[in-house]
Amino acid sequence: MSLYFTREHEWIRVDGDVATVGISDHAQQALGDIVFAEVPEAGKRLAKGAEAAVVESVKAASDVYSPVAGEVTEGNSAVADDPALINRDPEGEGWFFKLKLDDAGELEGLMDEAAYRDWVKTL
Amino acid sequence: MGDMTESQDVQKLALDSWHRSKGARMVPFAGYEMPVQYEGIITEHLWTRESAGLFDVSHMGQLLVHGADADAALETLLPGELRTLGDMRLRYSLLLDDSGGIIDDLMATRRGGDFYLVVNGATKHGDIAALENSLPRGIVVDHMKEQALLALQGPKAVEALETIAPGVGELTFMQGGAFRLAGHPAWISRSGYTGEDGFEISIPAAAAATVADELTADAAVKPIGLGARDSLRLEAGLPLYGHDIDRATTPVMAGLTFAISKRRRAEGGFPGAQRILAELEEGPPQRRVGFDVDGRQPVREGALVLDDEGNEVGRITSGGFSPSLQRPIAMGYVASALAESGTALKLEQRSKLFEARVAALPFVPHRYHRKGAAA
Repeated sequence: MSLYFTREHEWIRVDGDVATVGISDHAQQALGDIVFAEVPEAGKRLAKGAEAAVVESVKAASDVYSPVAGEVTEGNSAVADDPALINRDPEGEGWFFKLKLDDAGELEGLMDEAAYRDWVKTL
Repeated sequence: MGDMTESQDVQKLALDSWHRSKGARMVPFAGYEMPVQYEGIITEHLWTRESAGLFDVSHMGQLLVHGADADAALETLLPGELRTLGDMRLRYSLLLDDSGGIIDDLMATRRGGDFYLVVNGATKHGDIAALENSLPRGIVVDHMKEQALLALQGPKAVEALETIAPGVGELTFMQGGAFRLAGHPAWISRSGYTGEDGFEISIPAAAAATVADELTADAAVKPIGLGARDSLRLEAGLPLYGHDIDRATTPVMAGLTFAISKRRRAEGGFPGAQRILAELEEGPPQRRVGFDVDGRQPVREGALVLDDEGNEVGRITSGGFSPSLQRPIAMGYVASALAESGTALKLEQRSKLFEARVAALPFVPHRYHRKGAAA
């Protein structure tokens, strides 16, 4: 299993040709108390960089983009029902959606975990 | 993920390092680096409703207007009753332009012949210029830049403040007085912007950290950021300048007619009186109202209000998630014919429609310590 991050603070955990996507701990901290999440439904086709989900904190609304192209296999109903789960466990149970990758080659442009954690410290 | 915050050049508050030592996240607001949150907005919000929250609102402008007949002079710019305002009494008022638009909202307190004004941070320099341009020569406007302003709000505020400023508990809502705090002179009024009982405390900036330490030494008191200040005032139905009120809105549209006193309505003589008195008589074209929003997603400033045929009939000026009610609430303007509580309307945000109903303000009842009310 490999873990990658985007400059928009999504993470993507890849297992074979299925990937799980969420927002990073840094992102949930920056957002503060999350009060709403909308996740895509299974079957939805997402282009790389497309708006895939919505997350809203008390202060602001943000879009979550798909780091790679693919077809959604599952949206996480747990975060839609309990949006604070994203604050509590952003890189675990607070995932947004799973998708089947179109092209594993698209992962090459993403940061690995060490690079992302180092980069976040500079923000 | 989009829309992360950016930084810009801003001034530091007297309590800057105090806030950081309490774990505050600082953001630029009204030209200052301000604490937006410490523990988290929802926790801080609920703490203020249940206990007592300490807010640093030193970005706001504190002005002292003095000179012969300052009350009569100020009445040419504000629609409130100032001439008969009792000593040490506060009045909510509005700085108006010639067409009745709102330049700013403010608190005016009579201190003998002088008036102490507290105006919004983002508008204070414009307010000072407007006052200086319009007031007669003999009236002086001092900007009290060396004063910090703290607010202590919530049901336990009175008990916490009484221990270090004995006698504050005798003040009633919209009354102020001179006290001493930690050996420094303090001007304390029973007022605030949360809908709760509480106080606003003007102290020398050099004393602010000592006073903040003394107040937070009480386990009932925690520092609260601007984020919760905004959600608290929204629940309390209180307008935020630059969002819910501005030069495009009049006091009548904004539902702030309580700030236009009886004598002033009869006599006029304030900026925009012709339009404002006509709106009082005939009703304004739009009114500020609350909205209960279905579902869980917040609807925010800028969303459109639509009638059942899809026509645009208003706009949302503030909106968010209510921590006390655990659901989205909003405030905005709607055509007067549709302003009655319970009217079903649609809100449109980013091409998505939300079901909403006009709601009476405030969303959460005020708990002010009014004169004559039981303690």
